[in-house]
Amino acid sequence: MAEHEITLMKGNEAIAHAAIRCGADAFFGYPITPQSEIIETLSLLKPWETTGMVVLQAESEVASINMVYGGAGAGKRVFTTSSSPGVALMQEGISYMAGAELPGVFVNVQRGGPGLGTIQPSQSDYFQATRGGGNGDYNVIVLAPNSVQEMADFVDLAFELAFKYRNPAMILSDGVIGQMMEKVVLPPQKPRRTEEEVLKECPWATFGRKGERTPNIITSLELKPEVMEVRNLHLQKKYKKIRETEVRYETMQCEDAEYIIVSFGSAARIGEKAIEQAREEV
Amino acid sequence: MTNRIIAPENLVYEKPKLMNDTAMHYCPGCSHGVVHKLVAEVVAEMGMEDKTVGVCPVGCAVFAYRYLDIDWQEAAHGRAPAVATGVKRVWPDRLVFTYQGDGDLACIGAAETIHALNRGENIPIIFINNAIYGMTGGQMAPTTLLGQKTATCPFGREPDLHGYPLNITELASHLKGTCYVTRQSVDTMASIAKAKKAIRKAFDASMQGKGSSLIEIVSTCNSGWKMSPVKANEWMRENMFKEYVKGDLKDTTAL
Repeated sequence: MAEHEITLMKGNEAIAHAAIRCGADAFFGYPITPQSEIIETLSLLKPWETTGMVVLQAESEVASINMVYGGAGAGKRVFTTSSSPGVALMQEGISYMAGAELPGVFVNVQRGGPGLGTIQPSQSDYFQATRGGGNGDYNVIVLAPNSVQEMADFVDLAFELAFKYRNPAMILSDGVIGQMMEKVVLPPQKPRRTEEEVLKECPWATFGRKGERTPNIITSLELKPEVMEVRNLHLQKKYKKIRETEVRYETMQCEDAEYIIVSFGSAARIGEKAIEQAREEV
Repeated sequence: MTNRIIAPENLVYEKPKLMNDTAMHYCPGCSHGVVHKLVAEVVAEMGMEDKTVGVCPVGCAVFAYRYLDIDWQEAAHGRAPAVATGVKRVWPDRLVFTYQGDGDLACIGAAETIHALNRGENIPIIFINNAIYGMTGGQMAPTTLLGQKTATCPFGREPDLHGYPLNITELASHLKGTCYVTRQSVDTMASIAKAKKAIRKAFDASMQGKGSSLIEIVSTCNSGWKMSPVKANEWMRENMFKEYVKGDLKDTTAL
């Protein structure tokens, strides 16, 4: 394979390929339109025969996110994907992951709501994604791709940020980016981390108490209010640091702008074109 | 005078090495403490102290992680089998078990329980059935007996109003993914010995990749039942054992 081989694929397929290539350890998911190509592609690629990555269809989104909780709590690179109604079901698990500070990754290929809504693309989960979503005061790290290339690039980035901050990270996509086909350069294959690497990177993880260390406990429970307060202050401090150091955005032609369009995902692509056309008309 | 009986060579029984000195929050007379002890003994006897991950429920055993010196994950209410699936699938050579009560396992987590068992996850599930919600103060459980009074069926459980006791262990025995399904108790020395053997078998089966196991322990909740510990054991034998008959329901382990 050439070093920069360009392929044509859907955003959903790019997520699946990129996950295997970035050394993910497991995927747990449940089918839902418009993102089922992710679990279908993973099932076709059979990564358990090559990298050893686990692919499991769960009984629900509730189960999927809790499998991610278990795998992430055991120090592995584990992720799930869904679309809006399924991500709504996952909010309990995401809140628990935020509380227990677990580095899982999840993808929301958004569709319209409320309720069963529609299978058409939407960006209506923006506030759920950026304000927490479940119970308690928490934030997840959110990356919003605007192309198939970014779908591929953000998988590894989401894992890196999730483990760096011990925090769940979300890729907030939508039905347009998930379904459309574009050219993409897939990342090179990284090996999955060895047990020694997991031990080194995640001394907090629960995969058996090695040697003389005290047991590791993954929990979000704390009944003493003064301890819970300290825990919440710690979380807020972490979120502040993430906001200060990890915000990513692109600007175009802002220098002399009278109006600035702020957008993300598929809307950012439309915004780009709108700016181009508006500048031509002036 | 020195006591010559207290000497290392005279030691016939000791606290399990994996149990620490943290004072338990369980009520006097509760079955949880005995079952915790059995789990601690079995893990140590298997030599899996450094390779075990327990998953706790929400319910009375929510703090199980305080008492046994192994790695633990605290799951959301009912989600322990999914959490354990996540751990076991990425660390298949570890001993991964769940420890759950009747509300957690048979009610809010019924879907996770049935599907983990049916997938044949190599996970033993320990199921404490005391027919009541202990932690929240004695409300009706899926396993509450007909006629049994609780805070949310104060005049006794009636099928027309509350439905029937859920016999999830029988249900589990019909699932193809299970290799061992059994119902035990810990109210006598003999039953404790049997329960320990059952836990050991289930734990061994999981490490040999034989599939999932469900070990129901028919238990007392003397606080929730508003009885003395002795009376609670008597009530359990008279009433619980009729609905929840003890013994192996399925065993394909050949262990």
